[in-house]
Amino acid sequence: MTRERHYIPESRQREKPKSKYFAIGHSMKRVEDTRLLTGSGTYADDVMLPNTAHAAVLRSPHAHARIVSIDKSRAEALPGVLCVMTGAEAAEVTGPCADFSSPPTTQHCIAVDKVRHVGEAVAAVVAESRYIAEDACELIEVEYDPLPAVVDLEEAVTSTGDAVLHPDRGDTNVAHHRVIDFGTVDEDFAQADLVIERRLRWPRSGGTPIETVGATAHYDRGTGKFTIHANTSMYNYVGWLIAVSLKVEPHRLNIVPTDAGGSFGSKLFCHKVCTLAGTLARAAGRPVKYLEDRIDNMTSGDAHGSDRVYDAKLALKRDGTMLSMRLKVIDDYGAYFQYGVGQHGNAMAQVTGPYKIGSVQVDLTAVFTNKCQQGAYRGFGSEVGNFVIERLVDAACDELGIDPIEMRRRNLIEPDQFPYIMPTGNMYDSGNYQAVLDEALGMIDYDGWRRKQAEARKEGRYIGIGISTCQERSVFSATEFWMWNPNETPGFTLSSSPESVSVNIDPTGKAFITLNAPFWGNSPETMAVQVLAEKLEMDPADISVGYADSDKGFNSSGPGGSRFTVMIAGAVSGAADVIREKMLRVASHMLEADPSDLEFRNGSIGVQGVPGKEKTLAEVALHAHYFRLDLPEDHDLTSGIDAAYVYDHPVTTMPSEDRTDLGIFYPIVGHMCHIPVVEVDAETGKVDFLDYVAVHDCGTMVNPMTLAGHVRGGTVNGIGSALYEHFHYDENGQLQNALLSDYLHPTLMETPVDIRVGHVETPSPFTEYGIKGGGEGGRMGAPPAIATAIEDALKPLGIKVDSLPLTPKVLRGMIREAEQNGGG
Amino acid sequence: MTTPRTVELVVNGQSRAGDAEPRMLLSDFLREQLGLTGTHVGCEHGVCGACTVLVNGEAARSCLMLAVQAAGSEVRTIEGLGGVDDMHPLQEAFWEKHGLQCGFCTPGMLMTAVELLENTPNPSLDDIREAISSNLCRCTGYQTIVEAVQAAAERMQGEAQ
Repeated sequence: MTRERHYIPESRQREKPKSKYFAIGHSMKRVEDTRLLTGSGTYADDVMLPNTAHAAVLRSPHAHARIVSIDKSRAEALPGVLCVMTGAEAAEVTGPCADFSSPPTTQHCIAVDKVRHVGEAVAAVVAESRYIAEDACELIEVEYDPLPAVVDLEEAVTSTGDAVLHPDRGDTNVAHHRVIDFGTVDEDFAQADLVIERRLRWPRSGGTPIETVGATAHYDRGTGKFTIHANTSMYNYVGWLIAVSLKVEPHRLNIVPTDAGGSFGSKLFCHKVCTLAGTLARAAGRPVKYLEDRIDNMTSGDAHGSDRVYDAKLALKRDGTMLSMRLKVIDDYGAYFQYGVGQHGNAMAQVTGPYKIGSVQVDLTAVFTNKCQQGAYRGFGSEVGNFVIERLVDAACDELGIDPIEMRRRNLIEPDQFPYIMPTGNMYDSGNYQAVLDEALGMIDYDGWRRKQAEARKEGRYIGIGISTCQERSVFSATEFWMWNPNETPGFTLSSSPESVSVNIDPTGKAFITLNAPFWGNSPETMAVQVLAEKLEMDPADISVGYADSDKGFNSSGPGGSRFTVMIAGAVSGAADVIREKMLRVASHMLEADPSDLEFRNGSIGVQGVPGKEKTLAEVALHAHYFRLDLPEDHDLTSGIDAAYVYDHPVTTMPSEDRTDLGIFYPIVGHMCHIPVVEVDAETGKVDFLDYVAVHDCGTMVNPMTLAGHVRGGTVNGIGSALYEHFHYDENGQLQNALLSDYLHPTLMETPVDIRVGHVETPSPFTEYGIKGGGEGGRMGAPPAIATAIEDALKPLGIKVDSLPLTPKVLRGMIREAEQNGGG
Repeated sequence: MTTPRTVELVVNGQSRAGDAEPRMLLSDFLREQLGLTGTHVGCEHGVCGACTVLVNGEAARSCLMLAVQAAGSEVRTIEGLGGVDDMHPLQEAFWEKHGLQCGFCTPGMLMTAVELLENTPNPSLDDIREAISSNLCRCTGYQTIVEAVQAAAERMQGEAQ
């Protein structure tokens, strides 16, 4: 590789990690909580504009069909109905939904001519109440001409003719195919003593937050301007694309964020619901609220997760040294392609995991099927990669007779190898993987559990210990969304992924921070407050936080890819530098001291080394706001204390033309070790957790309590993915479990009593204070660890785990088969 | 669809009245007719428990109950529990123990826990787990919710003595 390909930009870190902090690192109670605990949050359905009408959507019962005719006359005649819109009518005024695939894929907010999955919108009704709107949906008569339903991802590769979902993209359901060799794959495989091969299946699950997606839209006839209140994100990044869909100029759309009742990635953009609500509001001449019901969300929420089959190979030396990987993957994207293969751009950030693997080949096929399209779910594709590589490593341990911990010790990247350029060209900024492993092993009593396992086996009980050592890449760069695109249709090759804040100091010296991306269920307000308190040494209770709508917002990508804390910290830190500089100038006049002799200290600005010679922040703020003529005639020294700051991605580079080097795009890399201890009930197939240790290194911790909350919550999401959750489509493309009574989230009874969380802190050299992201790690580490634990438990039966979820039914079936074959 | 009728009931200690068709859900009535949007609707089929309120002291899924069924009842919702300046011990404990993240399931969790602690002031860990297992939370993994209910129970016991 050439030196140029290893170019690592100079660090822009301004705030170095410190040994002692004023506000960072404390488990401060959350700023967000008082409104949420008192029922005062404003979620999507809590927006109540005067004179609001309500929408409901008629959904396709067919997986794939032509729409022959729609008779809406009976629906329109129902008292209380304001308007009924078909897809064809909507398309006369509203263009296709936002789409990032290339070549583009056309999706309308209401289907035009053809439906491509069960649950797709066929018509929408606006009425005086949701009840009436739903009544009216039942009065709409639609004639369909069914087309072949494509359900199986491998069959989708070869389907043609009427089975093709998007004929305008060619006579195929292959949405994307590309093979890339990163490094010397053939040479490395030629040197191998052993090649492990596994066929692995990762099932389609989804974030499925308790709150669905909703929007209340208003179209002002007097100004031609839309206002849309929604639990969307990215509205200050790409929200203007919704204006394009609505065929107005971006400044004629204001998107106002609401609180989101959970996202886990699923509310990354929500362009379709916003576009639909806007279209209906313009047609009805009234504010219109549309809130997905549960079935809408499950069948058509555009947020199903990865759905992949892998033929995966790992090449090793006999001593366990890992050399190279070959991954052939087919991913079932469903009916549309909103983010292209962004999930695979993402996975390339850490495809070889925490191991010193020199090369990797990835053969990627994305297919269309008649299912709800994919969106984002906690991990955005990288969680699948973790499952695949850890399955290969465990298989290698079995084959070579090497202990799983020893295997990892031999292959983990060493602390002195950072910054580390991995085969795809991404950088791992820093890490101490050995320390994370040691911390986890120190917490779990590994030898004790091995003894208990041996004793239990004598009693015919199946206890297993699993281990995963996984990466959590954080802070995405936008290049991940398009780097896989064909060279002839590269798409919109953006390279900005900033985050912005503004800070206002009021005349009494208190602060207000404005974020430009929404509350998603994480803790952005708490993070911003802790960082600003750190910078200004002020009481966190004197700071509050709000959210800018898109009229007032600055470019901000928002939460996603575990970036928000890092990026907010960068933006707040930058804004605080402006504030500090101005307050120091004002204070220097008040104290008749040189600014360089002043310091911020516990709510005041004072002369260094002179206790008592100081002004409180309130005194300085009042002066700055109202006593301009007391200050020198310096035209730069304007009244007030305000700052806005746009913080760009801390360290990113472009991919090479041939894509054999993807550049640095996801470089703030955390690490984790999960060790669950499970017991499998052979009679029922139920898995119980006897212990669970999760150690994460997310760099400098802003708030250990909220980080642990992310780890535990993510781990339980991972338990769901590993053991219970799967969107089950039958052979006709009917979604069999579109309710929470059938699509099973883990309840408290399916989760460990105590997920014991440990932390290691290896600061990033590239981010402010060395913070790394930590929002997704739990779900990225749990599934492989649980798979291994179950395989370990059932070792006496010779059972191998190649697919998830391992529901009680699946496990019982595997155990029965093993027993019939004479195992155990 | 039939003619709306007036539903009178006591909500959070106050007499309230509003119009409801016979088919109107109690959750919609509370939210839309009475403006009490703290009660959240997550699934509309009685699984998630986000809409849990107390009807005559008993936890009920307001998405599975009709407003007319609640006529004459005493209903308690999150809005009656405590405000920022006078939080209920359960609210304080959820805050201290990080028993919430997105907050959407929280009103239902809190009302479920209120019922538990009013009937079982000194609950065992199993009592708490049993009670909370009726509701879904997608954010926390439940552990800190259990810790919060435990802490609130201890505190309320301490205050009662």
